[in-house]
Amino acid sequence: MSARRFFRSPWRTAGYILLVIVTLLWLVPFGQAILTSFRSYDDIMIRGFFSLPKTVSLNSYREAWVRGGLNRYLPNSFIITIPSLVLTLLFSSLSAYALARFRFPGNRALYFLYVGGTMLPFQVLMLPVFRLTNALGLYDTYWGLIAFHTAFQLGFCTFLLRNYMRTVPGEILEAARIDGCSEFRIWWQIMMPLTLPALAALATLEFTWIFNDYLWAIILLRSDSLKPVTAGLATLQGQYVTDWTVIVAGALMATIPTVIVFIFLQRYFIEGLTLGATK
Amino acid sequence: MFMRRTLPRLTPYLFLIGPLILYFIWVVGPMLYTIYLSFTNWDGVSSPAVIGWRNYQKLFRDPVFYISLTNNLKWMLCFITIPVVAGLALALVLNRNIPGAKFFKTSFYSPMVLSLVVCGLIWSWMYHPAKGLINETFRAVGLHVLAKGWLSDRRLVMWAIIAVGVWRQVGYVMVLYLAGLQGIDPTLVDASRVDGCNQWQTIRHVILPLLSPVTVVVVVISIIDSLRAFDLVSVMTRGGPYYSSSVLANFMYIEAFNNYKMGYGAAISVILFLLSAVFIFIYLWRVLQTELEY
Repeated sequence: MSARRFFRSPWRTAGYILLVIVTLLWLVPFGQAILTSFRSYDDIMIRGFFSLPKTVSLNSYREAWVRGGLNRYLPNSFIITIPSLVLTLLFSSLSAYALARFRFPGNRALYFLYVGGTMLPFQVLMLPVFRLTNALGLYDTYWGLIAFHTAFQLGFCTFLLRNYMRTVPGEILEAARIDGCSEFRIWWQIMMPLTLPALAALATLEFTWIFNDYLWAIILLRSDSLKPVTAGLATLQGQYVTDWTVIVAGALMATIPTVIVFIFLQRYFIEGLTLGATK
Repeated sequence: MFMRRTLPRLTPYLFLIGPLILYFIWVVGPMLYTIYLSFTNWDGVSSPAVIGWRNYQKLFRDPVFYISLTNNLKWMLCFITIPVVAGLALALVLNRNIPGAKFFKTSFYSPMVLSLVVCGLIWSWMYHPAKGLINETFRAVGLHVLAKGWLSDRRLVMWAIIAVGVWRQVGYVMVLYLAGLQGIDPTLVDASRVDGCNQWQTIRHVILPLLSPVTVVVVVISIIDSLRAFDLVSVMTRGGPYYSSSVLANFMYIEAFNNYKMGYGAAISVILFLLSAVFIFIYLWRVLQTELEY
């Protein structure tokens, strides 16, 4: 419908204006955070939120980055997220292939185990996992966190990939099998390339999820030097209790990686979300 | 002989062995171990000793447990109503090619990209009693009575935190419904028009019933998300003031890691698990239905 025809009806125009207002209100938290981050806290405290800023500067960002420790926390987030992401995709595509393409006793039971695990309120695992990482000597290391993320995200990824792999026509695989291709090669050289769209969607989504995790970071890590940015922000909040401009600037910086992923891979992100839920 | 007969039967297990070991060690095993821990007096340092039902007896007499449970239920109630209705409405509106639909969609699901920690921090500042945007706005327009201590008033704090969760959830639900709408056969909608349905009747009697599988998923996900509530509370109030914004997950965290009552914490997590189990089974049952359609 062309814009002119759309706005001919007064009701529709009124509804549209309402939608615009609601949308703008929805974005207010972002707007106020950005405005705050460029000001100084004293300025807001003395002259109020709606005053014109006396000075505009990047001081809060600098403060959060250097003294607040975001220059450590942000790289840590990547050190934790990237291996977890790669490992969970690798492992889940293995198990998804087995569940999607073979008939064997227990196939459906395992599938349900994975799906059920996905829905678990993961806090339930908090204490045993804490004990386990201690027992394995992984407490307060990156690897404890990476191992847990890899294992926990397996459920969702397997669920999704298994359903996707089922849509691949069996003839392709059968042809490879007749040509004497080993199952492992079929998985790696035929199935994996064919599942790329699902893998891309999943990778985008999982990156955001693992990157944004907070609970496991505070449970499995203690050293400040290892903390990812979510846990780091909580520390920052404790450190700058009253200096909200620094806290808000830090929070905004912490979102940059996920926002970049979102902007460039938005289509995959949405695909991932809907693949998982409407199947 | 081995290569021909046994190997093909073993193949799926060879694919599964790595992932399953990982999954059993880190997810299935801990799940069962939580149940065991809930019957012990583990303090996090010394080895746990079994003490029977004592943790549960104590839990059912603990007023904080009931506050937390009620708060989780409030959260659940808000999550299965507001985001579902708002998300559905937005999806119905934005599914039609109105001008700027892409901008609207992006605006509504953008909060989902933020971590809950970031959401919590940004909103804590919005709720700031003296200079936060909300109170400053009320004061600016002369509504001084409405300028409240959002996170310090015991009657308001839980709702203030849930509002942040809702803000983040609406876009998610909208995306799921949009996908559901894409899957609806347009001829069915056209047919209802030909049969003389007005717009409302089409939505009520054709589109909504066709979306009901999506609704089941959305409701289950919303319930599970409300039971998972932790980050926002942890960042914004830590359950305070006086436990008024405590939810089960926070209650468990504080008992286990601040008070070193890990056995007690495990009992709380078992309750949390039992609450979610009901909905997990509903969901699994639905998955089974779609499985059988194959």
